[in-house]
Amino acid sequence: MNNDNTNMNTNMNTTNSLGYDKAIVSENLTKKFGRFTAVDTISFSVDKGEIFGFLGANGAGKTTAMRMLTGLLLPTSGRASVAGFDVFTQTEEIKRNIGYMSQKFSLYEDLTIGENIDFYGGIYGLGRSELKTKTSEMIEKFSLGDAGRKLIKDLPLGWKQMLAFSVAMIHNPQIVFLDEPTGGVDPITRRRFWDLIYEASSQGKTIFVTTHYMDEAEYCGRVSIMVDGLIEAMGRPNDLKLQYGCDSMNDVFVKLARPE
Amino acid sequence: MRNIRHIVKKEFTQLRRNKQMLQIIIVLPLIQLLILVNATTFELKDVTMIVSDLDKSATSGRLVERFTASGYFIITGSTESAEHAAKGIDSSKAKMILIIPNGFERDIYGKLSPDVQLIINAEDGSAAGLIQSYASAIIMDFNQSIVRKIMRIPEPEINQGIEIRDRYWYNEELDYKFYMAPGILAILVTIIGLFLASMSIVREKEIGTIEQLNVTPIRKHEFIIGKLLPFWIIGLAELAFGLIIIKLLYDVPFEGSILLLFGMAALYLIVVLTIGLLISTTSETQQQSMFIAWFIMVIFLLMSGLFTPIDSMPGWAQVLAVLNPIAHFVEILRRILLKGAGPSEVQAQFFILLAYAVVTTFLSTWRYRKVSG
Repeated sequence: MNNDNTNMNTNMNTTNSLGYDKAIVSENLTKKFGRFTAVDTISFSVDKGEIFGFLGANGAGKTTAMRMLTGLLLPTSGRASVAGFDVFTQTEEIKRNIGYMSQKFSLYEDLTIGENIDFYGGIYGLGRSELKTKTSEMIEKFSLGDAGRKLIKDLPLGWKQMLAFSVAMIHNPQIVFLDEPTGGVDPITRRRFWDLIYEASSQGKTIFVTTHYMDEAEYCGRVSIMVDGLIEAMGRPNDLKLQYGCDSMNDVFVKLARPE
Repeated sequence: MRNIRHIVKKEFTQLRRNKQMLQIIIVLPLIQLLILVNATTFELKDVTMIVSDLDKSATSGRLVERFTASGYFIITGSTESAEHAAKGIDSSKAKMILIIPNGFERDIYGKLSPDVQLIINAEDGSAAGLIQSYASAIIMDFNQSIVRKIMRIPEPEINQGIEIRDRYWYNEELDYKFYMAPGILAILVTIIGLFLASMSIVREKEIGTIEQLNVTPIRKHEFIIGKLLPFWIIGLAELAFGLIIIKLLYDVPFEGSILLLFGMAALYLIVVLTIGLLISTTSETQQQSMFIAWFIMVIFLLMSGLFTPIDSMPGWAQVLAVLNPIAHFVEILRRILLKGAGPSEVQAQFFILLAYAVVTTFLSTWRYRKVSG
């Protein structure tokens, strides 16, 4: 935690306490469902262009936290801003500036990739010619060829996930939230998926990603590890390994998530 | 506005891909209008009866003749034994027994009032009610002619004319199908609208796309209009399709303005669709919303006045019937199609539906949230 704060200060040229030059800032963000505290006073910040890994066991509160940051769920208390907009009062402004790929598959299976692009792109206000270029670009990028005319449900899962990621970025958002984007995907496709993430990051986009795969955690610039609604550790993967005396992020994770 | 267009386009594309749904939309009205209109008839035909004429006079003979001459009754037996007659009903040989007591003729001309007994099999209550009312009509009619005969009054043409026409109107002049067809059509439009709308949002919930949509800057009203507009169009198309069928098959008269009819249907569909939407936003799975939609549909249907007259329901049920949009729509369709009602005659229904639409639209849009609590 302290480690992170110093890190934050060195990068800062903030104008106010919420740090509007940061992509994401969270201060004591909390979500309670009745008596159950799903997310417990989490504080962190994510720099622009950073790949931030949001780790945690099942039920640790990752998805709840992400849903608050994407404007899908109203927090109980705390403060947070995404792309400079408040998660309490400016959810719709946030939505215009972020891309989101949910845990559940989000493309329409009974539409073709082109029709999905037309729909989602259309909602973000892309023009007809823009939509056309995007479609042909995507078909070319993933060498879909004739598969571009197929319905999404007839495509292999790996392709589907990469297409979903691309569609989530159709409107060129500054920040992209990915909720377990590589779940159930084979290692080769996962590798290709991370190439896409790096590509987006190199374009200056901020990536906020949750994952269960600890090898993927190593690809992140910084990670946080959530246990029972709390952020237990945060920092660069190598620093964390050093701090907890482990060889891999996997060991760090196990040590934190299952303390003896 | 552009967003609405994008959603409508997407919905229609999805619908086009959904072959089963397309079949339902086209086959359902055909089956309903072919089967239900013909089957759901309260027309009385060939009611079997046993005559127990204990009087065996000329007068009692004329009364029996009235029954056979009416065309609604067939005499399947005659007996003097009450026991035999009762067996006829037990063995389903007859639906009704007519007992004319000894001294019938004597009493009539002796200025006493003789009794005639009707025994009706009431296993099917509504059929029994119909048989009873037809039979009493025949007896009353007979009674009047006897009274006039005794009192030597010439047949008062106008007075009697009204009486008789009123009684036989439904069957001789007005085909029962004319009465049923608009009602079935109303059900049809309701089923299609309610079920399509009740599936709409919950389907997106199940496949997970709702999250993706909620995270887009799409406006709430755009989403709802975009979602419901296709079903609204389908509902009106379905009505047009149904109207063509009932015109071609049953030659139902279109007395009133078709434009007025569609105008009212347009309003009615808003009510139905927003109820469906409300179901959809409150449900978590398609099964759940299907079940609720069925539950509501059955109550609406049985209390629509289509199968049992609203007037004969208990007071509290009549109050509930006022809240039943189907009842109003059935009434509107009948009034416009059969009676040629103009705008002023469906005004009351219009305002009820309008109030309904305002409430259900408010509730369903309020219930749908892009940001949950």
